[in-house]
Amino acid sequence: MSVESAVQAPAIVTRPISHRRREFRRAIRSMVQAKWPLVATLILLCVAFAAIFGPWIVPNDPNRQDIMMRLADPLTQGRRNAFFLLGTDGLGRDVFSRLLYGARISLLVGICAILVGGTIGVIAGLVAGYFGGWIDDLIMRLGDIQLAFPFILLAIMFLVILGPGVFNIIIVLGVGQWVTYARIVRAQTLSLREKEYVEAARALGDSTPFIIFRTILPNIIAPLTVIASFNVASVILSEASLSFLGLGVPPSVPTWGAMLADSRDQLMANKWWLALFPGMAIVFTVLSFNILGDWLRDFLDPRLKTMA
Amino acid sequence: MWTFILRRLLQSAIVIIGVTLITFTALQMSGDPTYLYVSERATAEEIQRTREALGFDRPLAEQYLTFLGNLAQGNFGNSLSYKRPAIEAVMEALPATLELTLFAMFLAIVVAIPLGVVASLNRGSPADGSVMTVAMLGQSIPSFWLGIMMIMFFGLQLRILPISGHVPFIEPLVHGNFAEALTNLPQALYYLVMPGFAVAFYSISRNARLVRSSMLEVLGQDFVRTARAKGISESAVVIRHALRNAWLPVVTMIGLEFGFLIGGVVVVEIVFSWPGLGRLVFNAVNQRDIPVVQAAVVILALVFIALNLIVDLVYARIDPRVKL
Repeated sequence: MSVESAVQAPAIVTRPISHRRREFRRAIRSMVQAKWPLVATLILLCVAFAAIFGPWIVPNDPNRQDIMMRLADPLTQGRRNAFFLLGTDGLGRDVFSRLLYGARISLLVGICAILVGGTIGVIAGLVAGYFGGWIDDLIMRLGDIQLAFPFILLAIMFLVILGPGVFNIIIVLGVGQWVTYARIVRAQTLSLREKEYVEAARALGDSTPFIIFRTILPNIIAPLTVIASFNVASVILSEASLSFLGLGVPPSVPTWGAMLADSRDQLMANKWWLALFPGMAIVFTVLSFNILGDWLRDFLDPRLKTMA
Repeated sequence: MWTFILRRLLQSAIVIIGVTLITFTALQMSGDPTYLYVSERATAEEIQRTREALGFDRPLAEQYLTFLGNLAQGNFGNSLSYKRPAIEAVMEALPATLELTLFAMFLAIVVAIPLGVVASLNRGSPADGSVMTVAMLGQSIPSFWLGIMMIMFFGLQLRILPISGHVPFIEPLVHGNFAEALTNLPQALYYLVMPGFAVAFYSISRNARLVRSSMLEVLGQDFVRTARAKGISESAVVIRHALRNAWLPVVTMIGLEFGFLIGGVVVVEIVFSWPGLGRLVFNAVNQRDIPVVQAAVVILALVFIALNLIVDLVYARIDPRVKL
């Protein structure tokens, strides 16, 4: 124990701090100690900043084409005070501005798809676990069928038929995630259902929805955050793949995957910046979510640390 | 054993019916599926004719049964862009995709196990650290971007590996032409290296982590200590006692991983102009050639289910604790 924390210890006793705040401080401390999760958080904050404030901070309009400035090298001074930090693409559009805009779609799709899949999965898992019986069988067998099939193929088929678009891609990728949540929530619900405090809630005459959502659900949220973190990472990867296939969002919206698809046209011409930067953006974002997921898992369940 | 195979076949049948239901529903979700089968300039008369020819004017239940019947005969309708049965185009592209997928699977096992073992035996060392770092990175790199980067570096800069092209191996094999397959093998592998590695990198990373953690668990168990106490050489302890148990979770993963590999294969094929299903689907997507997309999805699902069945059987074979 360092001198600093030794000095601080009595202060905690005299000044009551809520349990939640203490947990939060412990999390921050553990994060700083482990270093990498802190770096990951900083990277994600930058990505989130680019995603939220994109339109106000981009140096150039990401869709403005400048035929005279096609395939400009990084660090090129353009006309009318335009400066191309990361060069321009085959249509003379600013790569850096498109990169900043691309953060929007990746984060939006990543987070919304998890919300969609998580909500479906949590409700399905709670219902299956709490009620059991045929409804449990039905839900879990449905999940088995979905897992027995390469999901990306279904996503491709649905998007071909429904047409590309942010909303469609969120729904398709979201629906692809529900099984994981349903399985974990169901297993937890099964064990919590028999606990004394749930019994007590039932004896007090609480309604079933109240018991499910207010008594059981809060106790199974923690492990879900770990899954969610890893899931955001894999959804961002899937979104990039689908965008790369031309199944993501309309071409007017810049995405990292679509930028990589465009870069293929210039591959032979050795325009490396077109492929390098969008790829790095994906890798750093996904890596950060994975690192955070790893850390969160260790933090919430230190027993696992020895194994992983 | 046979009851197990029968049970798994039955499960597979349910999955296949599920897949066909989803495929069928997807078509209906577009509103009137007739429009997916006619060109944008089609006249009202043409549309009506197509609707009747494809049976989209009949009740849904009847349509589904016809759809199932056609499926059972491998009849997905004619490809809209190739003007020939969609299934033909798909079966032609399948061998190339299988080559890539199986090679990637092979890499995912053969590269990952030594990495995981070395990392677990040298826990906390720089070797362990670097394997784990690369593994973490590997799980965050999109396979198609890795492919593009490898093309730029090994193909265009160093010029040591081909950036596209394909030498068939499975296709002559299927036609019973073993001599040709064998002479093709070195060339086939040469063309497979980059796309195979791009597809496999994610799985290599995941498997390496998996092997490491399960090795660490096994190495701490009593029977390993007993083996050491008996004076058996360390390599025998690792290979015969620890690894034999530690790689079981990997085998379990392989079946599941195949679904993931397929996703990678579909996009990596496009990067390397690999003449497989991925490129076929990609072109079909761009031309909204629904029969080809459907045929490809259903065939890949069948391959996936078949491979999973094989993995289950292999698993039961190598783990005597599993009873079929």
